[in-house]
Amino acid sequence: MTAASVRRRPRTRRAVVTLVCLAAVIALALIGAVVGSSSLTIPDVVRTLFGGGTGGEQLIVFELRLPRVVAGLLVGFALGLAGALTQTFARNPLATPDIIGVTSGASFGAVAAIVLGGGAYSVSAGLLSVGLPAAAILGALITSAVVYGLSWRGGIDSYRLILIGIGATATLTGITSYLIARAQITDAAAAAQWLVGSLSGVSWSSVWPVLVAVIVIVPIALLQSANLELSQLGDDLSTGLGLAVQRHRLVIIVCAVVLTAAAVSASGPIEFVAFVAPQIARRLAKTARPPLLASGLIGAIIVLGGDALVRGVLPGEIPVGIITTIVGAPYLIWLLTRRTERERIG
Amino acid sequence: MPRSSAVLRKRVGVLIGLGVAVVLIGFVSLLLGSNLIAPGEVISRLLHPELDTDAIVWGSRVPRTLLGLFVGVSLGVAGAVMQGQTRNPLADPGILGVSAGASLAVVVGVYVLGTASVLTTLWFALAGAAIASVIVFSVAALGRGLSSPVPLAIAGTAVSALLVAFTSFLVLSDETTLAAYRIWVVGSLSGRTLTGVDAALAFALVGLAFAVANVRSLNAVALGTELASGLGVNLLRARIVGLAAITFLTASAVAITGPIGFVGLTAPHVARSVVGGDHRWLLPASGLVGAIVLLACDIVGRLIGGNAEVSVGVVLTVLGGVVFMAIVRRGRMASL
Repeated sequence: MTAASVRRRPRTRRAVVTLVCLAAVIALALIGAVVGSSSLTIPDVVRTLFGGGTGGEQLIVFELRLPRVVAGLLVGFALGLAGALTQTFARNPLATPDIIGVTSGASFGAVAAIVLGGGAYSVSAGLLSVGLPAAAILGALITSAVVYGLSWRGGIDSYRLILIGIGATATLTGITSYLIARAQITDAAAAAQWLVGSLSGVSWSSVWPVLVAVIVIVPIALLQSANLELSQLGDDLSTGLGLAVQRHRLVIIVCAVVLTAAAVSASGPIEFVAFVAPQIARRLAKTARPPLLASGLIGAIIVLGGDALVRGVLPGEIPVGIITTIVGAPYLIWLLTRRTERERIG
Repeated sequence: MPRSSAVLRKRVGVLIGLGVAVVLIGFVSLLLGSNLIAPGEVISRLLHPELDTDAIVWGSRVPRTLLGLFVGVSLGVAGAVMQGQTRNPLADPGILGVSAGASLAVVVGVYVLGTASVLTTLWFALAGAAIASVIVFSVAALGRGLSSPVPLAIAGTAVSALLVAFTSFLVLSDETTLAAYRIWVVGSLSGRTLTGVDAALAFALVGLAFAVANVRSLNAVALGTELASGLGVNLLRARIVGLAAITFLTASAVAITGPIGFVGLTAPHVARSVVGGDHRWLLPASGLVGAIVLLACDIVGRLIGGNAEVSVGVVLTVLGGVVFMAIVRRGRMASL
């Protein structure tokens, strides 16, 4: 197939990109299960996964490696998808959950749960595994409602949304620091550890909420896909074409917020994934807007790859959030220095 | 003209009023704190230092009040120069990553040299602030221009995030750096002493001199860059002088207290609303308002924390985020 015929068939190209990403995710998940302080080979891991292996191997794979890999996969997928949704919604690549305040709202909710809810290491740890995601989702929902409300002036201008989000992020960061400063020392340590955005502490109990969120949200988001296409035409035109714009927006926002909050509750805030993944996916698939599934998969690739990097290659225990920032922030800066036609209009 | 003399009288009055307010809040800052001491007791300890046996007044409240005044003035003026240079109402050394650059450089200094005196901290902070501000300004200028609020604010956010990530990277891989960094990063006036403050003061004076030298160009730039160059202002030189002012002032403040954001955002807005946009009046007024804001937030932080104080940086972040959103909501972004 020549390049020209691929371009004429964007659906094919998008499907190929999605499949390749899926293969990469599976490969990285295997690598993620292999990399670590005790050496296992890929055959060891595969054998253990299918019920073989020694007791020690089973413990390492099922209780240590697998939760971390599954969490990385789900968190990355949720963040990538959430970024694709918000960027499409605002018709602006800069509008990501990190920037418009959703991530910091989720962080605030989760830290409040850790600090006020009895602490991560206390008897209520089991309760916390439900309470933390719930608090994160609640914090994120309230924050996005406030940010959205404050940005509303007879309509939503994406740039005002972004700026209000930056302000809200600052305020919430401050209040979060205040909570940590006033907390018991163990709670403060747990919250601070969690805030750096790392997969090192995850267990199965923190994986379940993300899994549920992804399973519930992905079909809804994909069903909205056709509407997203329409909404790219702008409010007036898409209303004329019969799209209930406001309800559609509400669904998209809630999907993005819940995905972000679920991801944040599992790993802490892993920054810039939601920004970078949809942009890479859009460029790979050569589509006008970020493809949803491919964005999620690339998010998973970034988080899994970053986590494998910090475990296998880099010394010490560097949180994966630092790696994603070091990769993502320069990309954002580069994007800002380019004068594109669309941005000039926007 | 009678009108202009009335304006002049009003502005002088406002400056005097702000000066009185600074003195008053400085006095309140001496009286209030997490250790409850009766006002009369504080005053008698101030007059007779030998009575201050636990050194709460002379060892803690006096230095932090003086440092608060100094840092507040520096950051307030830096913010005014920054907003004037960019003609952007959201400019602030904290938001635009200048403080993050200074922080990273300080951490690099600790990492490389092992320990840090105030003087080495200052030099590293200066270098870091300079590098970060050049990066942010170039990114924004390459994009849609300095006066467009979104690129500048996001460039600042991105550069800040990147610098903070590098900082965490260094800090997490080195224990001694972490220990030194922990105390300094919070952005606080408590536990800071006056040792080495003379060096920081010298830096701040250099920055103030640059700011004063920049006043005429700032007033010209306010008319628009094209008109300014039409008026014979050398834009490049004006920018360099402005950047030097911002860098020296921010570095001197950051080296003393750690990164404190949003003073530079808030102070010029308050100052502009009372003295107007003429930088001859705006710069001193911003400095005074900066000192008031910083000390007021520090006092609030001392009182709301109970036994553990809340650092002034945290209070300012909460307040500053709200101010930031209010400025965006008012939406007069282009009209500065």
